[in-house]
Amino acid sequence: MNLSIDVSRTDDIHHVKLSGEIDVYTAPKLKETILPLTKEEGVSIKVDLEKINYMDSTGLGVFISGLKSAKENHSELILMNLHERVYRLFDITGLKEVFKIENTVRGGK
Amino acid sequence: MQEPFDFIEIKIPAKPEYVGIVRLSISGIANRLGFSFEEIEDLKVAVSEAITNTVQHAYRGVEEGEVTIGFGLYHDRLEVMVADRGGSFDLSEIKQDIGPYRPEESIDGLRESGFGLFLIEELMDKLEINNDYGVIVIMTKHLHKNGVEPNDGEISTTQ
Repeated sequence: MNLSIDVSRTDDIHHVKLSGEIDVYTAPKLKETILPLTKEEGVSIKVDLEKINYMDSTGLGVFISGLKSAKENHSELILMNLHERVYRLFDITGLKEVFKIENTVRGGK
Repeated sequence: MQEPFDFIEIKIPAKPEYVGIVRLSISGIANRLGFSFEEIEDLKVAVSEAITNTVQHAYRGVEEGEVTIGFGLYHDRLEVMVADRGGSFDLSEIKQDIGPYRPEESIDGLRESGFGLFLIEELMDKLEINNDYGVIVIMTKHLHKNGVEPNDGEISTTQ
């Protein structure tokens, strides 16, 4: 029941690979990682959620603040490889309309 | 009112690190009752949202409290109660703040919290909030066993 975060960079792209659970316990750590990355103008932050097996509204909150910050600082936040279960939260809340989401993954274990 | 055939209660400190433990419990309980994988995932999110509200509220306050989570296991449904005796929040304020994102809203005004109660409403069959003594959230999810009732003498094929 934890979240591991792996950040790497190639040129103007920050790759953020997540693994584990995003909830009220782990969300602050994720926010602390993503927000600073969005402050740099012109970069893309690609967040890979393939290994996220649980997420709730606390995760939505982190990505919303990331999205706002990216917009302010002219960077770009992209969410990748969402499991159906995780994508469903973006769908139910209508947030899929505002996020750039690349590739969803079937199944949800 | 029909009595639950079993009742389970868990008490945790109102701290973020314990929410995941309740998720493990709800997985076990819901699996036992025969909920599907999808439904169990819904329950995990809904119950976490309710506890998260309480934990975040407790954090804003001066003293740390406890959260009590009660599971009423019925033949046809699961009722989950999340109680925070210490706290109270302004219900009308919270209700104003829930709902999905609408395309006409700007991203700048997008709130970072407030989707929690909305998700509970979407993922559960029923949501009640009692604000008289602290805050008690009661949510219900019904079992859908393809119309096969547990007591009708038929053999259910869904475990």
